Amino acid sequence: MSNLLEVENLTVKFPTRSGMFEAVRDISFSLGRERLGIVGESGSGKSITGRSILRLIRHPGILEAKRIALEGQDLLQLSEKQMRQVRGHRISMIMQDPKFSLNPVMRIGDQICEAYRLHAKASKTEAKRKTLAMLEAVLIRDPERVFRAYPHEMSGGMGQRIMIAMMLIPDPQILIADEPTSALDVTVQKEVLEIMDKLVSERGMGLIFISHDLNVVSAFCDRVLIMYSGRIVETCRADKLHEATHPYTKGLLASLPQLESPVDRLAVLERDEVWRAAKSVSGTITAESHK
Amino acid sequence: MSGGTGISLESVDVWFGEGEERVDAVIDATISVPLGGSFGLVGESGSGKSTILRAITGLAPTWSGRISVLGNNLGKTREREFYRSVQMVFQDPYASLHPRQTVDHVLSEALYLHGFKKPDERIIKTLDDVGLGQYFRFRYPHQLSGGQRQRVAIARALIIEPSILLLDEPTSALDVSVQAEILNLLTDLRAEHNLTYLMVSHDLAVVGHMCSDVAVMNLGRIVEVLDVASMRALKADHPYTRQLLEASVQRRREV
Repeated sequence: MSNLLEVENLTVKFPTRSGMFEAVRDISFSLGRERLGIVGESGSGKSITGRSILRLIRHPGILEAKRIALEGQDLLQLSEKQMRQVRGHRISMIMQDPKFSLNPVMRIGDQICEAYRLHAKASKTEAKRKTLAMLEAVLIRDPERVFRAYPHEMSGGMGQRIMIAMMLIPDPQILIADEPTSALDVTVQKEVLEIMDKLVSERGMGLIFISHDLNVVSAFCDRVLIMYSGRIVETCRADKLHEATHPYTKGLLASLPQLESPVDRLAVLERDEVWRAAKSVSGTITAESHK
Repeated sequence: MSGGTGISLESVDVWFGEGEERVDAVIDATISVPLGGSFGLVGESGSGKSTILRAITGLAPTWSGRISVLGNNLGKTREREFYRSVQMVFQDPYASLHPRQTVDHVLSEALYLHGFKKPDERIIKTLDDVGLGQYFRFRYPHQLSGGQRQRVAIARALIIEPSILLLDEPTSALDVSVQAEILNLLTDLRAEHNLTYLMVSHDLAVVGHMCSDVAVMNLGRIVEVLDVASMRALKADHPYTRQLLEASVQRRREV
């Protein structure tokens, strides 16, 4: 099995009045047919990493990389027009808050049909049939009603399921989920994650799961990259996250209050300048090391 | 410190709108928070937990039942004296601070409204208390990080020396590392100033860390009140509480 996606030496810079700000600094990683988590605090560059893959860095931001390869094809060499064929069709992205990513004045069914027909060139009836099936796949009980509804009639959890349906309907190879459940309640969060997990594994897709929530990532992903100030400081298997060795990861874990093991004072993360200066750890898995 | 009730609610209903439009946000809520205690309200969004705080402060004027704070029953309006003793910290420090007012302005306004003398000393002392220091006094919110902003919001609430703090998801907009700092700060401040906390959160672990008793809300009703020890032992009677507890424990797959 080879890698779906390979990112080599990615750097994203933003010019500011006080010089260049490097949001992502020289990171490399790969994605197979797996669930890859990216965790870190706000400002650590995890969302920018996700956006860079789709080349969604807006001017004046500068994206530099040796290679961003989707199944061997370098995305950096594509024209903007060819890139539009990749976005949504081969790699799609779920954003944090469904409220801001759905069109408020368009019926949900029409939005999903549009997403499908843009890529599949199907007839209207075919698109509607596909859309209803997809809504059912994300466990929406009454797909006909949701099809006709507007986004404001939906709750946050429903909205996020609709986003998942819309992003998965063109059958992409890679799904990038940027904090898909952070705006949701714990119980709803679990449902949405389960739906996403089921669909991703059924279709053999690669998933990049960006989150600040260490618990969710450790329970949900296969492999984790931990980012700090634009660099990958550590990479490990998700279920071994609690055995992480980097002081930053350890500090983050220690600062979480635990229901079962109470403490009087929470540990506070002591930052070390060395972490910022250290080189990125590579998150690449070579073809040989795949089982 | 002990003895006496800080906040007590008896059969409180809160609703919004009238007639057909009426939405019952809180139904028949009864809680009691001892003076110097720390009480948590948990539940999903829309379960009415923030509405209880808003009813206490007078931000949700349509309520019935009995609310008493420090032994005084509250009417439809609040006296200035009430706001001397009860202050609220809001969820999102990015939204709750005026973007064009400096920290100094925000804090002096609170002092001015309550007729405090010698604002200078007090501002410096409070900024020290919340761990910011004078250096931050003349900054605007956009020059502060999320954690620093939340410290300013806490300073604004504390500067007039209230005895009760209402905390509406004080850390949910912050990173875990910053959350730990703010929670520690709140713990320290409560010990130093003998504060009473009523804290709303959707995170059971946070409530478990901060509070001694917890009320679980679902669809506007308080379904269960339990102490933290039984919460830790996952001993809950109501199925909804169990579901919440399981959801927050299960998320961690310990190996």
